[in-house]
Amino acid sequence: MKIAVCIKQVPDTANVKLDPETHTLKREGVESIINPFDLFALEAALRIKEQAGGEIVAVSMGPPQAEEVLKEAIGYGVDECLLLSDRAFAGADTWATTAALAAGIQSLGDVDLVVCGKQAVDGDTAQVGPGIARRLGLPHVAFVKGFREVAEGRLVLERQMDDGFDVVALPLPGLITVVREVGEPRPPSLKGKMRAKKYQAPVMGAAELGLTPEQVGLAGSYTQVVKVFAPSASGDRRMLEGTPEETGAQVIDALVDNQVIMLGS
Amino acid sequence: MGVIIDKELCTGCGQCVDACPFEALELIDDQARVNDACTLCGACADECPEEAITVPEVERAADERTASAKGVWVYAEQRGGEMPEVVAELLGQGRRLADELGVELGAVLLGAGLDGLCGELFALGADVVYAADDARLELFNDDLYCEVLARLIAEHQPEILLAGATSLGRSLIPRVATAASTGLTADCTGLAIDPDKRLLLQTRPAFGGNIMATIVCPSARPQMATVRPRVMKRGERVEGREGRLVPLELKPEDQAATEVMEVVRAIDDQVNLVGAEVVVTGGRGLGKAEGFDLVREMAAALGGVVGATRGAVDAEWIGHAHQVGQTGRTVAPKLYVALGVSGAVQHLVGMQGSDTIVAINNDPNAPIFDVAHYGIVGDLFEVAPAMLARLKQLRGQA
Ligand SMILES: Cc1cc2nc3c(=O)[nH]c(=O)nc-3n(C[C@H](O)[C@H](O)[C@H](O)COP(=O)(O)OP(=O)(O)OC[C@H]3O[C@@H](n4cnc5c(N)ncnc54)[C@H](O)[C@@H]3O)c2cc1C
Ligand SMILES: Nc1ncnc2c1ncn2[C@@H]1O[C@H](COP(=O)(O)O)[C@@H](O)[C@H]1O
Repeated sequence: MKIAVCIKQVPDTANVKLDPETHTLKREGVESIINPFDLFALEAALRIKEQAGGEIVAVSMGPPQAEEVLKEAIGYGVDECLLLSDRAFAGADTWATTAALAAGIQSLGDVDLVVCGKQAVDGDTAQVGPGIARRLGLPHVAFVKGFREVAEGRLVLERQMDDGFDVVALPLPGLITVVREVGEPRPPSLKGKMRAKKYQAPVMGAAELGLTPEQVGLAGSYTQVVKVFAPSASGDRRMLEGTPEETGAQVIDALVDNQVIMLGS
Repeated sequence: MGVIIDKELCTGCGQCVDACPFEALELIDDQARVNDACTLCGACADECPEEAITVPEVERAADERTASAKGVWVYAEQRGGEMPEVVAELLGQGRRLADELGVELGAVLLGAGLDGLCGELFALGADVVYAADDARLELFNDDLYCEVLARLIAEHQPEILLAGATSLGRSLIPRVATAASTGLTADCTGLAIDPDKRLLLQTRPAFGGNIMATIVCPSARPQMATVRPRVMKRGERVEGREGRLVPLELKPEDQAATEVMEVVRAIDDQVNLVGAEVVVTGGRGLGKAEGFDLVREMAAALGGVVGATRGAVDAEWIGHAHQVGQTGRTVAPKLYVALGVSGAVQHLVGMQGSDTIVAINNDPNAPIFDVAHYGIVGDLFEVAPAMLARLKQLRGQA
């Protein structure tokens, strides 16, 4: 089975802090990492390969330094990588991102399965996986949390829903996006790390992918960011003063007076 | 590509560098320079004290749809004949947007055996219901649902399409937006109309809730958004309200590629955070798992449910199903009580829509006080029992 895994390089948002004075992001020392959800995508691909055999290719669209996450993927055990990098890709929304990724996956030849993470932590959209699937004309199942059956030509999956989960059969070729429950990522292997040191990912730009500059990046995006601002603190703040007994009673009285709490109930 | 910086006016103060959410600006030789990461969002231009930065308008040829598309649509998600609460919220919001634009509000319903639901959609404010009622749509599958929805869009050309940011919506709608060749904004928490340009202003948190971004889709239709549950106000329900029903027949060859073999209903832990009128949340300030006993007592006294911060969940004091925030549930109850919660942005995005917020924290600088309507600086193990005692007294139980 030939599997493509989409991985994205993102800023480590866990360490992005807001400056309380200026309400801007403090980025000093913020590292770039593999999107955490994409580690689960890698793990899912590795487990499927263990069962079904075949080959895994990790694909990433990003600036030249995104090669780092592909090298890391080699360390985890993927066979090959493909970096999609071009100045023209900058500023892409999910529509333009899927244009490049779908073309990149197509360039790999007959891919049986595409695996994406649930969402990227910088944009949090969860849109890229289903978008790639539609562009490639593949069926998809999103938010996969477990595998019931891995066979040539078909996967039986558990997909997470708000009210439980569904068991779904996906004919291959197809695409899945995965959540944390698919399994803890294994650590990179020593052998993989050695290979990663020397590995150089092939790079393709818009022209090699058969895409015009108008189809990718900012120019190829339908959505535009018009404003960025700090989350507002909306409360009309009233600080209560006194001993714990006093403040505890004051707040209950205020809630009762404003009919937030009904005494009858 | 990128913003234009006037070298004469730039003083190299660096405020734009701090303001840029995308790391697209750097100071080189005491002058701001823009790099490829720029998305033209304009955050820098707003910040620049010298007005040295201008944002070029990106011209993307508007296609013919932008002029002709009309109407606001809501995707009325259903599973097994049940619609989640967010459908009513979307119809409430959709009604307001449709009235502002002076157009019809449509609801799209896909499934099998839908008769009862159409009337409900009219009652909730829909003028038109587009319904595809077919055994092949009984169980949710992305591929066939997508093609049917895309066909409806192509035929009727709505200018706006809203759907819930539920598991189902976030799987299906990105596929539909791709099929319809248009833009999509995920997980919005605010929607408004720009009256001059007749554009939908879609606001959502990004970077793990650290910033808010407003996004538009100027050149294609429909303008599509998934909307987070519990942030929009539902509209008035008018029993017996009527509307127009537009049925859609599937084609003989329509067939889903994926097959749903089993539907398993299982709600973790039975915590109905999302529908609760009162949420009492405990954070790391509780000190240990037993601290939640006080939270449970308070929740019981107020007729509410127990929420938790990620800090408390990560400490394994309570299950993940209780988590409120960016990576937990979004809640907007009438009353939200935060005990020992610092108020990290990722927590605030999940609860700041609450009608009344009470916070107790022993650190006067805790950011939770910025969103609280009533703030008490003190030890929660003293203040919360005092609240309970007063409540009992007023209820005549003391
Ligand atoms: C990508 C990402 C997603 C996240 N998603 C979420 C999310 O969904 N939900 C969420 O909650 N967090 C989320 N977080 C984590 C968030 O950043 C905070 O770490 C977390 O909310 C902090 O939890 P806390 O307030 O319980 O703990 P702390 O920040 O440790 O705050 C504890 C507070 O209790 C006070 N305190 C201590 N003792 C007492 C006492 N005796 N009486 C009164 N007050 C006391 C302290 O002053 C302090 O303010 C996320 C983080 C990231 C990076
Ligand atoms: N630039 C990218 N390069 C490779 N994969 C990506 C990229 N952007 C998104 N993805 C994949 O799509 C998933 C969802 O991302 P998003 O829609 O941005 O939240 C991620 O978990 C990745 O698997």
